[in-house]
Amino acid sequence: MGGYSYDELGAIFAMQGFAGISLFSVLLLMALGLAIIFGQMGVINMAHGEFMAAGAYTTYLISSLTETYIPGFMPYYFVFSIVAAFLVAGVLGYLAEFILIRHLYKRPLDTLLATWGLSLIMQQSFRSIFGAREVSPTLPDWLMGSVQPTDMIDIPINGMFVLGLTVFTTLAVFYLMFKSSWGLRVRATTQNRVMSGAVGINTKKIDRYTFALGCGIAGMAGAAFTTIASTGPTTGTLYIVDTFMVVVFGGAASLFGTIASAFSIAQAQSILEFFISGSMAKVFTLLTLVIILMFKPEGLFASKVRR
Amino acid sequence: MLNVSNLKVCYGQSEVIHGLDFSVPKNETLAIMGRNGMGKTTLFKSLIGILPSSEGSISIDGVDVTNKESFQRVASGIAYVPQGRMIFPSLTVQENIETGMEVSKLKKIPDDIYALFPVLAEMRKRKGGNLSGGQQQQLAIARALVTNPKVLLLDEPTEGIQPSIIKDIANVLNEIKKLRDITIIVSEQVLSFTMTVADRIIVIDKGNFIHENLREEVDTNKIKAYLSV
Repeated sequence: MGGYSYDELGAIFAMQGFAGISLFSVLLLMALGLAIIFGQMGVINMAHGEFMAAGAYTTYLISSLTETYIPGFMPYYFVFSIVAAFLVAGVLGYLAEFILIRHLYKRPLDTLLATWGLSLIMQQSFRSIFGAREVSPTLPDWLMGSVQPTDMIDIPINGMFVLGLTVFTTLAVFYLMFKSSWGLRVRATTQNRVMSGAVGINTKKIDRYTFALGCGIAGMAGAAFTTIASTGPTTGTLYIVDTFMVVVFGGAASLFGTIASAFSIAQAQSILEFFISGSMAKVFTLLTLVIILMFKPEGLFASKVRR
Repeated sequence: MLNVSNLKVCYGQSEVIHGLDFSVPKNETLAIMGRNGMGKTTLFKSLIGILPSSEGSISIDGVDVTNKESFQRVASGIAYVPQGRMIFPSLTVQENIETGMEVSKLKKIPDDIYALFPVLAEMRKRKGGNLSGGQQQQLAIARALVTNPKVLLLDEPTEGIQPSIIKDIANVLNEIKKLRDITIIVSEQVLSFTMTVADRIIVIDKGNFIHENLREEVDTNKIKAYLSV
């Protein structure tokens, strides 16, 4: 790290750290959805990235409609578009589960292929509907710009907003999973599906809503994503691999692990990117991950219980 | 309360339960005894709907549940304590019990459950998987009871449990019978346990009932002969 003074290094770390927080937020939201779905049904949702893209396109669509028809509403539309992104992706997920995935639960490899096929279908639909060029919604003014606590540090406002959204969503998911009776049913089904049915839990209904919820959260990730990059038909694919890494590294079925791993992966990536190229940063992150997983194959946080 | 007629269950092509007919009236405890591999667990699994039956019908309190799924049967009033307990290992004791409360719409675990199983009240916050075998068995019974069942199925509740706890479980079952209007069906290999809880005893062998008698009239030596290999 030659050539940088301590002050400069501090500023670099702070700024890249804040940039990393945006990435962390998107990765965490994606991984939450993926982990919930995988934990509940053992389905690896290859189309998860496309549900995120669906959320991003929803935001774009609402932005353009607002701009054309009710320009006065522009400062507020973004909040509504987050809800809309959640609903659109959730409904799409519900339909995907109902039409496709529920028929394949006993065949894990087939669900992998089927959801991959679904991701291709969705990508092509995005291309046909919105065109191959990347699009960006017009962000409201209050989301633009940055705060400057010192001369050298810029804290982007959109990053902070996305972080807030992520914290809120994560807390909501925590509450739902660990405090609500619905979450109890989800956790019971995750552990023993047959027995859950035999204590009176309608496991199929739980499956469908869990899938919809996971996809809905991916949709919110999509809305958050629009504040940090533009959306194209293949946007989802770019994020799905990182998301898988987050889930595996954190330890499946551990929400705390998912948060810790999303944070460390996003920050490592973001800070390293400044000093070496983006792809080398990825190589280092991945290598570290592989080495850690060799010693802790169950991920960072595996729950401790007699088996 | 429970009526079963001409029940047949198959694993693929091989039939293991060959057309059983039986009915259990309200407030009776029926013990189904038999050696390993004679179809006790298979029978129980088909009663709760984990295994499909290939022929015959099952009804609870006059409601036909033959083509219903497990969770619907539970709603109709049947509850199941499986062999090997099958509690949810990483849920706490309290959460384990609460999983049974979706059907009964209870908001809070009733006090009589903890009165029956004081040890569970003590261990409320522990993970189910960290309980001993006997405690897990009590937990599995508690989880079944909060569904407010009319019929309670217990598949080999004494398996792998020390004699003093077996006595406790027998006492609990007799207590439950006194407290609630409930029909209990228990599968067993331990004759002494059966003799303290059952009103009627049926012996199953290779998927057929071969002997049936009331407890008062049972010839224990005869049953022992059926149970020995």
